[in-house]
Amino acid sequence: MSNLMTWIDERFPATKMWNDHLAQYYTPKNFNFWYFFGSLALMVLVIQIISGIFLTMHYKPDGAMAFASVEYIMRDVPYGWLIRYIHSTGATAFFVVVYLHMLRGLMYGSYKKPRELIWLFGMFIYLALMAEAFMGYLLPWGQMSYWGAQVIISLFSAIPVIGDDLTLWIRGDFVIGDATLNRFFALHVIALPFVLVFLVVAHILALHEVGSNNPDGVEIKKNKDANGIPLDGIPFHPYYSVKDIVGVVVFLFFFSIVLFYFPDGGGYMLEHANFIASDPLKTPEHIAPVWYFTPFYAILRAVPDKLMGVGTMGAAIVVLFFLPWIDRCKVKSIRYRSVIFKVNLAVFCISFVVLGWLAMQPATEILTFFSRVFTFFYFAFFAVLYVTSKNESTKPVPDRVTS
Amino acid sequence: MSTDNVVDTKRRRFLVNSTSVVAAVGAGFVAVPFLSSWMPSERAKNAGAPVEVDISKLEEGRLMIVEWQSKPVWIVKRSAKTLSDLVTLEDNLRDPASENVAQQPEYAQNANRSIKPEISVLVGICTHLGCSPTFRPDIAAADLGADWLGGFFCPCHSSKFDLAGRVYQGVPAPTNLVVPPHQYVSDNVILIGEDEGAA
Repeated sequence: MSNLMTWIDERFPATKMWNDHLAQYYTPKNFNFWYFFGSLALMVLVIQIISGIFLTMHYKPDGAMAFASVEYIMRDVPYGWLIRYIHSTGATAFFVVVYLHMLRGLMYGSYKKPRELIWLFGMFIYLALMAEAFMGYLLPWGQMSYWGAQVIISLFSAIPVIGDDLTLWIRGDFVIGDATLNRFFALHVIALPFVLVFLVVAHILALHEVGSNNPDGVEIKKNKDANGIPLDGIPFHPYYSVKDIVGVVVFLFFFSIVLFYFPDGGGYMLEHANFIASDPLKTPEHIAPVWYFTPFYAILRAVPDKLMGVGTMGAAIVVLFFLPWIDRCKVKSIRYRSVIFKVNLAVFCISFVVLGWLAMQPATEILTFFSRVFTFFYFAFFAVLYVTSKNESTKPVPDRVTS
Repeated sequence: MSTDNVVDTKRRRFLVNSTSVVAAVGAGFVAVPFLSSWMPSERAKNAGAPVEVDISKLEEGRLMIVEWQSKPVWIVKRSAKTLSDLVTLEDNLRDPASENVAQQPEYAQNANRSIKPEISVLVGICTHLGCSPTFRPDIAAADLGADWLGGFFCPCHSSKFDLAGRVYQGVPAPTNLVVPPHQYVSDNVILIGEDEGAA
């Protein structure tokens, strides 16, 4: 066996890679609950790729056949319903773990120097994930697929001068049709998964280059023993690989509850109108995006001007990219930061959730007013952070990680 | 070759740069067919022939929907009261006189945005983000306010249009609804997608 490994290692750095990224990758020993979501996101990506591959074996990316082929998967393909529900539940699970993973980054300042690139790769993953989810949602070719795509593609028509030609180019037809469905299928199953996997590799390589942050936000590489191993570090494998398995079991427990008992998520994961075949002549009475896009949709709806609305929504996402430079506080972890930061972050999280809820309600005058208020709070987070973080009154940060 | 150990860095940089530029230009040319393949195909361009619609059964105050170029086209027969109401709305509209010429053919650039005053022909796609608004002829509807005089309401982002397809102020839609090219073949038959200007 060791002879075989030696033979391989002389030709391919198998043992080296294993050590660099798992067995001798030293991770802070004080990881808490919030540190499950990175590895869970990776697992969900694998679940989506595998279930997706099997769905393509039965699905027909054709305007005349798509809706029926999904019904065929649900009714006639052995366990087709299970594979499809794994994939649709996986989409929601992906966003749940990614949002929690991002919140972890916000709380413990994981985007700060020297981890800016990890954050940027992560934001690009988030962007690719949104594109992936959006294009995937067109494929069942139901009413919500159709009109949701119509709205999102029309966002590009707000761009001055080239907007209308750009939407025509994206759709490949004067309305959303077979051409659009076919190309979205190609992007969803080939192009974007490649991009996602590439970005995930870059995200992890960047992380392993600088080392993981931790709930105390102190650099464990500052204190090393005689062998150059961080005093507060433990090898990722077996310590965190085993710990993450516990997280996986708990995650799969909740995943299975949704998968087997609430596969349509009460209409928030698979919307009711999407069980009706797409009809280009009739928009459903009440149209709302799937839950993971709703906060941005509420921001779009809050602005009574097309270009400004689309611009504000875009800004809500773009501003996140600049977080490492907006937050100028040297202290990373929320544990040692000021009350202002804690309140600011709490208001931001509440705004995000409330905006998400507002987007799912019909746009009455009073709710539109609230959308505007919480859109203001959403952006205020970044403004307040920029102003207050420079000279923030922080608590003393310990030299070593606590507990 | 007496100077074979001396590297001419200037010459080397020039060659590297010029090779890179030529390669980039080549890559740009190769991208053209791939990007162009996303434009509407010839088949898609040829689809969408004009549609003939018989409106003899259309009652006053009612809406009928027909499909043209896969888009919903609305035909509404408006009452005399509706037409007189249209004038009163002008202060609340973005473009009451239909000055944006892209949104209607010349023959529909009038107070009622139509050829025959009572018959309105509109593309039923919101100029905001492309949803199809709902027909809301109910005057003073509870959700649309006491001064609502009937029109179209987009459920996606709450844009409002009057019964001539003119957009209200303070809503996300930027322009009036589009009036498609159309003509009357006879008193009760409309040809949508082609007007008298066309051959």
